[in-house]
Amino acid sequence: MLKLFNFPLAPEQASNFAQEYDNIFYALTILTIIFTVLVGALVLFFVIRYREGSKVDRSRPIYEHLPLELAMTTVPTVLGLVVFFFGANLFVKMRTPPENAMDIYIVGKQWMWHAQHAPSGVRENNTLHVPINKPVRLTMISQDVIHAFFIPEFRIQYRVVPGRYTTQWFTATKPGVYHLFCNMYCGGQHSEMGGYVYAMEPKEYAQWLANGGNDLQAKTMEQRGAIQYDRLACANCHEVKDTARAPSLYGFFGRTRKFTNGTSAVADDAYFRKSLIDPHELINEGYENTMSAYNDVGEEEILNLAAYVRSLGTSAEPKAGSPSIEAKKGDEYTGNSYQGKPNLSVGALAHENKPTTPGPSRGNLSTGAISTEGGAKR
Amino acid sequence: MSATTENLQEEEELNYLTNGKTLKSWLLTGDHKRIAILYLISTAIFFMIGGIFASLVRLELTSPTGVLLETETYNKAFSAHGIVMIFLFLIPSIPAVLGNFVLPIMLGARDLAFPRLNLLSWYFYMAAGIIVLWAICIGGVDTGWTFYTPLSTTYSHGAISLAIMGAFLAGFSSIFTGINFIATIHKMRAPGMTWFRMPLFAWAMYGTSVVIVLGTPVIAITLGLVMVERWTGIGIFSPELGGDPVLFQHMFWFYSHPAVYIMILPAFGVISELIANFSRKRIFGYHFVAFSTLAIAGLGFLVWGHHMFVSSQSMYEGIVFSLISFLVAVPSAIKIFNWTATIYKGNVRMHTPMIYALSFMMLFTIGGLTGLFLASMGTDVHLTATYFVVAHFHYVMVGGAITGFLGGLHYWWPKMTGRMYPEGIARINAVLVFIGFTATFLPQFIVGFLGMPRRYHYYYFAPEFQIYHILSTMGASILAIAFFTPATYLIWSLFKGEKASANPWGAHGLEWQTASPPDSHNFHHIPIVTDEVYDFPGVEYAHPSHGHKKKKSKSDDPATKEQH
Repeated sequence: MLKLFNFPLAPEQASNFAQEYDNIFYALTILTIIFTVLVGALVLFFVIRYREGSKVDRSRPIYEHLPLELAMTTVPTVLGLVVFFFGANLFVKMRTPPENAMDIYIVGKQWMWHAQHAPSGVRENNTLHVPINKPVRLTMISQDVIHAFFIPEFRIQYRVVPGRYTTQWFTATKPGVYHLFCNMYCGGQHSEMGGYVYAMEPKEYAQWLANGGNDLQAKTMEQRGAIQYDRLACANCHEVKDTARAPSLYGFFGRTRKFTNGTSAVADDAYFRKSLIDPHELINEGYENTMSAYNDVGEEEILNLAAYVRSLGTSAEPKAGSPSIEAKKGDEYTGNSYQGKPNLSVGALAHENKPTTPGPSRGNLSTGAISTEGGAKR
Repeated sequence: MSATTENLQEEEELNYLTNGKTLKSWLLTGDHKRIAILYLISTAIFFMIGGIFASLVRLELTSPTGVLLETETYNKAFSAHGIVMIFLFLIPSIPAVLGNFVLPIMLGARDLAFPRLNLLSWYFYMAAGIIVLWAICIGGVDTGWTFYTPLSTTYSHGAISLAIMGAFLAGFSSIFTGINFIATIHKMRAPGMTWFRMPLFAWAMYGTSVVIVLGTPVIAITLGLVMVERWTGIGIFSPELGGDPVLFQHMFWFYSHPAVYIMILPAFGVISELIANFSRKRIFGYHFVAFSTLAIAGLGFLVWGHHMFVSSQSMYEGIVFSLISFLVAVPSAIKIFNWTATIYKGNVRMHTPMIYALSFMMLFTIGGLTGLFLASMGTDVHLTATYFVVAHFHYVMVGGAITGFLGGLHYWWPKMTGRMYPEGIARINAVLVFIGFTATFLPQFIVGFLGMPRRYHYYYFAPEFQIYHILSTMGASILAIAFFTPATYLIWSLFKGEKASANPWGAHGLEWQTASPPDSHNFHHIPIVTDEVYDFPGVEYAHPSHGHKKKKSKSDDPATKEQH
């Protein structure tokens, strides 16, 4: 669905501060509207009523009126002080973490976020997993320039400064996936320094920690192969169906391939390996010698890749195969959470704005076959 | 008899525009009016350059993945937009163009106190402008106009020292103007022109000049220190060298928050003139409006910390800054209410300047009130550095300062050029500015509340923001047209516009008692002021489009009077 017609008016309320924050925000909004309409209506009324040539009473015009001036001064001052009080009150709460808060340490650097959970030592990059209904205190520092750790749905933000620790805290109140932005201009890829915050049920969070966060969960060969497949971008050329550029890899194994030198062979593991690391010798009939040699792929990885290609099914009946999000659980990503931008704006529109299931976020915006499957899951 | 007529014609011909036609007579002039024209042309050019960068930024944001630019180029584009617009357009626009032209005439003076300093200020300004353009051409700056450390001192490789040099020189140019205005207002008022007979525009220029003279040296020092750290590696701001990165923000905002008042106070002054003169009524609460200007200028120096609530400054510091920020909102509210009360029982004429004045009142009200969201500490946490802030300060700077500038430019155009601009198209265009502006910046409040950070090139991870960016860019297209149109019809009016009489608006003030355009010395005899400010019943009114024709036989009345 085109996200063009998706226009929310307010961010979700997903932390302990959100409700109080929004109360002040909307009170101020109403105040703004009342005063703007008041001034606008008065000005419009006067301008029309006292337009030049209109026959209205202009006798005894007033130029100074002390009581009115004092009222004009006092009313905004008092209203302002009331807003100041509520605003300062909320801010003081935001700056005072409770004793029992759990600690997460944040390091910001050009252009990624690094988080470490205490006391488990579980680490993650460009994501933040937190349990709901438990106060979390972030202790933050930057390795280079000033960044800002901003989660709009939690209504929290604080600068991450080199050379000094800063803190902020929150209690997530609603499970879900939320935006994490760097909101202090930090040079080059500033806009892509971000990721997602996963607010999870405490049980799930405990499970996630026990699994070593994103790090250590056991994976199948197919899952590891899927990651390699994605990393090497095989799907850029090898699509579900044969194309002019490259044959499909769906239903690859066991099929007889004919080559331009007149020979032929049944596709097996050995042939798979050879075509990957040395694709120039045996060219499939009807294709050009265009594939580059992937001779730096490790042996273990080649086996994983083969396992993944086996799981793809055939062109006629592609299997759901190994899903992206599940397959990628267990990887610690050190790059950008956003994995590079989609090529076309239209493509970007078609993407969901964010994943809805907890897990590493790399799969969310990937292009090609894998993300199609991921999309189906979403 | 015939001799007198010849004499008169000669007088008419030798106004400040025709008195000396060589390029040299312009480039070496000491005449405040000519310097104002030099400033008008140069600020208009820089406004156009800044506008081109703004268009690039808006175009780029229509798609979550960008349209045209590389990320690096985008970062340079918004930085160039900010630097050019703030240092080379907004700060000099009203004081150096309109203030330079009308302030001495308003006060009944023959020129500013230091004409050569005034000319030097323009040369400093041009040097600053050329250096900034040079910096943009040889690689640009990707730090934003705020030059935050340690990004600007250690991590960025753009032409930062050069751009800073430009801002540094531009600062000196405004200091010169400020000193000139303060001296002129103190020492060169005509006999009878007491402080409380000064038009409110003169009060605004006074408040602005005080802020310029007290604030600008601080930014000069700060930017100087950034250069020192870049060149010598002496640790002032970079923590790796033992410096303090947040110190920069304190010093920077100590100037840059008052700089907001350097931009908006002159606009307040213009609007006071427009509201009073087009309602043909003495301004309501003159003293309150005058003193609110000084209150803003004073309190404006005590609120810089509201840019830094989440910067790691102390919470208690923040509370004090927040409290004072709420107080500084009050004088602005007083102005709005007093202008509204002025229109009451007035004789309102909806000429173009008045349309700009009314749209200023609406836009500045919104801009000011949304400032409360950011002065309130709790709400600022989420909104700071989002598009909400972008929308807020554009409401104040574009909706406020530029609307005021355009209103003032139309108002004093007949005085500056001796020609009327075409009223019909100008009125339509004034409405178009309002519509285009609102369409551009209203959606940004919402997308900012949703969490869209400013200075983001991509937002493909949050495509729900796109609709607001598209709306905003559509508005910006209207706004671009509405900003370009005056350039065309004003230039047209130089050649084909109706000749303006000395006082086409029936306005009150010394500048309307001398010819349009004035001669080089403004007045043949220094006027003696006997009437109060905005004392309308005494002013003879000539309708701008036909009135002065009717009175043609009696035209140039003030000039004739002064002759004898």
